[in-house]
Amino acid sequence: MSEQVDGKTTALTKKDFASDLEVRWCPGCGDYAILAAVQSFMPELGIEPDRTVFVSGIGCSGRFTYYMDTYGVHGIHGRAPAIATGIATARPDLCVWVVTGDGDALSIGGNHLIHALRRNVNLKILMFNNQIYGLTKGQYSPTSEEGKVTKSTPFGSVDHPFNPIALALGAEGTFVARTIDNDRQHLTEVLRAAAAHKGAAFVEIYQNCNVFNDGAFDLLREKPEGLHNQIRLEHGQPIVFDEGRRCVSVGENGRLVISDVTATPPDRIIVHDVHGRPSLAFALAHTSPTPTEPTCIGVFREVERPVYGEAMMSQIQMATERLGQGDLATLLRSGDTWEVKAG
Amino acid sequence: MPKTVEEKTKVVVRFAGDSGDGMQLTGDRFTSATAILGNDLATLPDFPAEIRAPAGTVHGVSAFQIQFASEDVTTPGDHPNVLVAMNPAALKANVDLVERGGTIIVNEDAFNQRALGRAGYASDPTSDGTLDGYQVYRVPMTTITLRATEGLGITKKEAERSKNMFALGLVSWMYGRPTEVSLDWLERRFAGKPQILDANIAAFKAGYNFGETTELFAHSYRVAPAPAEPGTYRNVSGATALAWGLVTASVRSGLPLFYASYPITPASELLHELSRLKNFGVRTLQAEDEIAAANVALGASFAGCLGATGTSGPGMDLKAETLGLAVALELPMVIVDVQRAGPSTGMPTKTEQGDLLLALFGRHGEAPMPVVAASSPADCFDTAIEAARIAVRYRTPVILLSDTFLANSTEPWRIPDVDGLPTIDPNFAKGPNAGAEFLPYLRDENLARPWAVPGTPGLRHRIGGLEKEDGTGDISYDSHNHERMSAIRAAKVDRVADDVPPLEVEGDVDADLLVLGWGSTLGTIRAAARRVREAGRKVATAHLRHLCPMPSNTGPIVKRYQLVLIPEMNSGQLAMLIRARYLVDAKTFAKIQGLPIFAEELESAILEVLV
Repeated sequence: MSEQVDGKTTALTKKDFASDLEVRWCPGCGDYAILAAVQSFMPELGIEPDRTVFVSGIGCSGRFTYYMDTYGVHGIHGRAPAIATGIATARPDLCVWVVTGDGDALSIGGNHLIHALRRNVNLKILMFNNQIYGLTKGQYSPTSEEGKVTKSTPFGSVDHPFNPIALALGAEGTFVARTIDNDRQHLTEVLRAAAAHKGAAFVEIYQNCNVFNDGAFDLLREKPEGLHNQIRLEHGQPIVFDEGRRCVSVGENGRLVISDVTATPPDRIIVHDVHGRPSLAFALAHTSPTPTEPTCIGVFREVERPVYGEAMMSQIQMATERLGQGDLATLLRSGDTWEVKAG
Repeated sequence: MPKTVEEKTKVVVRFAGDSGDGMQLTGDRFTSATAILGNDLATLPDFPAEIRAPAGTVHGVSAFQIQFASEDVTTPGDHPNVLVAMNPAALKANVDLVERGGTIIVNEDAFNQRALGRAGYASDPTSDGTLDGYQVYRVPMTTITLRATEGLGITKKEAERSKNMFALGLVSWMYGRPTEVSLDWLERRFAGKPQILDANIAAFKAGYNFGETTELFAHSYRVAPAPAEPGTYRNVSGATALAWGLVTASVRSGLPLFYASYPITPASELLHELSRLKNFGVRTLQAEDEIAAANVALGASFAGCLGATGTSGPGMDLKAETLGLAVALELPMVIVDVQRAGPSTGMPTKTEQGDLLLALFGRHGEAPMPVVAASSPADCFDTAIEAARIAVRYRTPVILLSDTFLANSTEPWRIPDVDGLPTIDPNFAKGPNAGAEFLPYLRDENLARPWAVPGTPGLRHRIGGLEKEDGTGDISYDSHNHERMSAIRAAKVDRVADDVPPLEVEGDVDADLLVLGWGSTLGTIRAAARRVREAGRKVATAHLRHLCPMPSNTGPIVKRYQLVLIPEMNSGQLAMLIRARYLVDAKTFAKIQGLPIFAEELESAILEVLV
């Protein structure tokens, strides 16, 4: 634990953010890597664990809260963004994180997620996407691919999956990013950017469920496939991947396509712009229908918009300046009143 | 011919017209003038769910009823002595309520063939004998209003819209209401619209003068002021009183009020009222749905606010899951349920007391929480403060039951002295409570756990919906721990019973019959009991504000009486509880019509039981 010395806080370490509770995810679960990355990265924010709150929903990801030695609420299924909205709006001084999963955030809690994003509540939302319901032992999720055979879809799923990045962009998210559980460096970079963002930051983390959906992201996670299929987005840089062989470029009718660099005029290669129009980010979210083809990772979009809690507080401040600090006696006597005299 | 003035003790007037005729406004204004005159009063707005139902149809009729008297008034009255009907549909929808021999004033201009047809009248009821036995006054309100507003430079349509002020003027004359109250209000309301102001004043005066000068009305009436305790009074609706009660609890606890709610009739009024009070530091959030509203409020409570949410009807069902979480988290939270007629969408603008058992038991698992109910519009203020007090002191969600009738009705309220109102101590946890450690589920003498808000150094903890180990709050699946925690949560709620005033018996304490009530039936019960006593019979009454837990003396009281009758706007929910808890053969008087119980209905029921 850090200590206060002469009013200054000594450096925080990973240990300051780790609770003493035994971590109980299945051995080999991608969640371990994410937990380690988050605990290691939190100290560099310089925010005291006492002013940090983790809020989670239901599912394997929901346990995350218990493993962080911060304030925390393990809520109910899908409602973490709503609970966290109450916390972050009531207390703009706190650093509030939401940990959720694909079922939690996109199925039962879909409504809360999109509204937290459009309001731009100051939340860092980490959505662990493993494309399966793990805690309920293996049903298809709203991100499972069509045809997915699970316990609840023995003949294959006929549901069309959500594209979480496109959904978050459509919900007017001001910060939308994707990263991968086992890429510690990339994961940390994305978390750093999310933490620095003022307002709602949505981070989709591809997370391997080695029990119920093992290998779903192998094409991106594993070497050497990952090297060929990860399209790493970097602001201001031409979008080139596969060791410089392929790129994202403007094709026929203005559509984004994946093409060979050698066959593409340099001015047709897309230069990534996180602050630009949402249509670019939306198109980049659709370079692949599922992570079984070259897929973008990194920050898709990052724009500024008033932060919800701050906007609410400034309204309160303005009203107080205009009307004066509320006085109960005056309030109760507002409007028509009359006196009844004794006798 | 000089007009005589007749003295009356009490009068019930009902204004009825098309949804767009401004009847609620007319009633409100008449109420204000009546309040300032010093009469005691109670009001009941009765409007359709449709914002603008097709004009002239019976289901588009909006009405406003007021009872005022020179004595104590407890209900808006069963049967109007006077009905003002602005069109045939308004007459049709309300005529059956009017007392036999009562007065009916109609806008004669609206009784044309087309309007009669729309209302479903084959012939004109004001001339075909339908209204024989009533005193019918046919007043050409539209014609006179148009004449009175000629030359004021407004359109005919605008002029016609002032006819509600004509009606207000006429009835104000009939009952000697002070005109300046209404005129002052018009001045304020139409300050920026001089022509509309002039038209409304002209219409109001035309109505007043019509009463005074035409020979149609032989006399006016006087209702003397009612005796009342000295003090400053105002008229207040249940919705306003409840909102102000929450704000008062916030001010008196130092906890910022965070009210999250989803629009729903009739609870929306709370959101509207509270969202205006930002200079009290009130945070309001219109959530994406009912579930979010409850969770936002709960999150705000975790963060150190007085989290509150409000809803009606189906919204209450949707909040159940979150209430269960609030029980597990043991955080203060107030949930206002403005009950309306169900099931499902039911009748959104009509009243009911159908949610009592839902409030007590409507969650999975053993999930007890305190439940309180307001009994009159003004009582919503005190009950809101009481709900917050219990919530904060015992670290528990508390359900506050109101209903449509309470929310919309008004009554005079002696404004309390702010310094005399209760204070609420948030009693936040400041440091470790077990040696150097902080245990989030270590309890105080009230069995309440510490409330440690984020940002408090050294008190970091994680709480959640999973069962917790007694004391530490760590996750526990231990069977005996679960049984112990279930018992503790129940005992904590039970303990509130020792912290609330005992149930009081009013009236004939030695009667054979006790009429026991809860919620908005208080006025009806008092009025009915008075009638029964006037008929020479004895009856005791008692009214529960705390439904869970009930005051400790509830059992002994209900057992003391040979007969217990429980009137409810449901099928007998409190009666079921009383029978189950105390093995008392309580009888139910049920009314599920979306309307308050009438005093005369309850009087009959009481006399029947007493036979």
